[in-house]
Amino acid sequence: MTKPSETTEDLLVPIFFMGKRYDVPPSLTIQKALEYAGYQHIRGCGCRGGVCGACGTVFRIPDSYKLQVGLACQTVVQPGMHLMIMPYYPGNRSSFDIEEMNGTGGEVASLYPEIFKCIGCNACSQGCPMDIDVMHYMAQAIRGDIAGVAETSFDCIMCGLCASRCPAEEVQFNIAILARRLNARHIIRRAEHLEERVKEINNGKFEIPLRDLMSKSKEGLKELYKSRETEPQMSEDDWKPADARYV
Amino acid sequence: MPYPESLNKLMEKVVATRPARVERKKNDEEFPPLKLEEREPVLRNFHPDFIKGTRREIKVGPSKGYAISNEIVDLLEAKSRVNPYLINLFDPDFETDILIIGAGGAGTAAALLAAENGAKVTIATKLRHGDANTMMAEGGIQAADKVGKDSPYYHYLDILGGGHFVNDPELVYTMVQNAPDALRWLEGMGTSFSKYEDGRMKTMHGGGTCRKRMHYAADITGAEIMKTIRDEARNHMDMINVIEFCPAVEIALDDQGRCAGAVLYNLETAEYLFVKAKAVIMATGGSGRLHIQNFMTTNHYGATADGIVMAYRAGVPISFLHTVQYHPTGVVFPEQAEGILITEKFRGAGANVLNIHGEQFVYEREPRDVEAACIIRECSPKGRGNGVPTPTGKFGVWLDSPMIEMLKGEGTVRKEFPGKHILFRRFGIDISKEPMLIHPTLHYQNGGLDINCKCETNVPGLYAAGEVSAGIHGENRLMGNSLLDVIVFGRIAGAQAAMYIREHDEGGPANLDHVKRYNEEVEAAEIEEERIAPMILPDYSNPEVRKKQLTKDYFGTLS
Repeated sequence: MTKPSETTEDLLVPIFFMGKRYDVPPSLTIQKALEYAGYQHIRGCGCRGGVCGACGTVFRIPDSYKLQVGLACQTVVQPGMHLMIMPYYPGNRSSFDIEEMNGTGGEVASLYPEIFKCIGCNACSQGCPMDIDVMHYMAQAIRGDIAGVAETSFDCIMCGLCASRCPAEEVQFNIAILARRLNARHIIRRAEHLEERVKEINNGKFEIPLRDLMSKSKEGLKELYKSRETEPQMSEDDWKPADARYV
Repeated sequence: MPYPESLNKLMEKVVATRPARVERKKNDEEFPPLKLEEREPVLRNFHPDFIKGTRREIKVGPSKGYAISNEIVDLLEAKSRVNPYLINLFDPDFETDILIIGAGGAGTAAALLAAENGAKVTIATKLRHGDANTMMAEGGIQAADKVGKDSPYYHYLDILGGGHFVNDPELVYTMVQNAPDALRWLEGMGTSFSKYEDGRMKTMHGGGTCRKRMHYAADITGAEIMKTIRDEARNHMDMINVIEFCPAVEIALDDQGRCAGAVLYNLETAEYLFVKAKAVIMATGGSGRLHIQNFMTTNHYGATADGIVMAYRAGVPISFLHTVQYHPTGVVFPEQAEGILITEKFRGAGANVLNIHGEQFVYEREPRDVEAACIIRECSPKGRGNGVPTPTGKFGVWLDSPMIEMLKGEGTVRKEFPGKHILFRRFGIDISKEPMLIHPTLHYQNGGLDINCKCETNVPGLYAAGEVSAGIHGENRLMGNSLLDVIVFGRIAGAQAAMYIREHDEGGPANLDHVKRYNEEVEAAEIEEERIAPMILPDYSNPEVRKKQLTKDYFGTLS
């Protein structure tokens, strides 16, 4: 909550939110500094923990021409900074049916033909608050390296700052999630044990043992709970329990 | 902020004991877990649920007399935000088959299944689509799918043991039996789970599990799931309409007492809007932003128990709200990151929890309530007083993440925990080399609205799924079971509601009579303070500024 620590209470620093000056404690994040100034966030505030992409922020600090980016919930204020939170950026998105696709580069290119307009200027990477090498995954997308895009873009929070900086009008974050989904669905192998277990369940394999557990008294359950055998911390999937009746 | 000198000095003790601790871990020599009968006294003496004066009985509504946290009772003993006599329900602003309130994991999963079953869906949400605790869940999602070593049988036992054996058996049965299929559904939609080359899911332990069944996508599992299902919902815009920044404030009933839609509040234009629907799914999530007992929280900005308030007014009883989950490991330093969740996966991967002397005092994979109580005991002056003091006057304990590098190889922390690695790097701390300072933080609403295994409430046409509902986790949820809960029960709610609207004719005109009656009940109960609910958003603005905000009447949207 917006309570500056005591040591800093007297020493406020000026920040300029959309050009307007507020004096705030220097230890606060941009998000909390604005609350200190009296704002109640509606847009531009989500998880408050750096993963949801609601509070992408652009700012400049004195004596530097550089436009900087960060998340309002993660970036500590700097004296004299001019900032704006960008809670939304328009981005086109192409619909698809993942079942009907194969996970090829051609599929990405046909949904987003504008990827070939990328001029490799790197403004997107410089504009990413998650330090993702956006330009690199755009190059991977152009090459049809879907697995590469998936890996490079994995941390993307879809805040839209990359698209806001792009002179080629790309919407990188939508291309990235398409590639991640195609990779996970069509390139990475499916988990056979999932398929097998679902079949076992549908065939009723665990019905009787489970119904038996459900009818047990609290004391009976406690006894079973205490006698559970625990898989060792350092074991791998080849570990087998001594009691294999219910597995 | 990097660690100051005082903490660097204390950290030397952690470094000193580390090689021996790593050796023990490699040999599977664990710090002894508490026996079942040893858990009770620690909980009773140190878990926040047991502090006197923090709960009281509710004076109104279907669960009158039930004692739960004061902060939640405050919301239940409150009147409606809007005068129910002023709302025009005859001329709906939107009409839909199924209205889903909340756009997190449960709401989105429900929308996909409802649409798949032919229903037109409207999702109304307070903030953006995906702004929810699901997005913030880190460690993993449980499912007993490792054939030959695990099964729903053991998943069931673990859940009951973690929940103090009082969970609703039918709900637990439903969750464990549907878990592998839920994972398969997510995999088929293109969710990037961490896998081996041959396609096998990587799994690990969580607190209170007897088998490694925690599936994950690095340390941003919830975000990966949320981004994927949200993206899929966007492939079905013909069937799924999302209305953002419009939280529901009341549900409406028809002349037969069936759910008939909800009143929304547009946060930007300050209008109240009516959505007419044949069924409603409540998927509003939890309540961490109530800051129960002034605890810091891991929760999303919008987690304010709105769904419980709305449904309770319509007659849905509540249970299991007498216990609240405090996650054992929230950031306590640096101050800027205070309250942020540090996933249990760190402990699952082998990181020890250590006191000021660099010594272990708790097995790191106890169920969450027990682990949290042991950490509070270590920090509290009334307990053992072995906490590590922070520069802001709080106490925490170390979570020794660098151990993971020594156990699983250099680079593992960066690779397996990218989210937390970047978070701390922003503050000049490298968690692959330095431990984290943590303390329990308000995390999960164990209880909520009563539902059955079809997600039905006692109000026909009103369904509930996810954190807003009760009974699955008993008195304490285990790690990895909330992501599972939202997917399994979200899907069930969507499919069941779609079936319900096919089988039921439209009822008579919608009304808010239950809200009028509830307001009268609150008045009759002579509750001293005048309060309104739902809360919608917490207020963190500066009280000094608030004092000068004197306008009380609306003029347009200027308040």
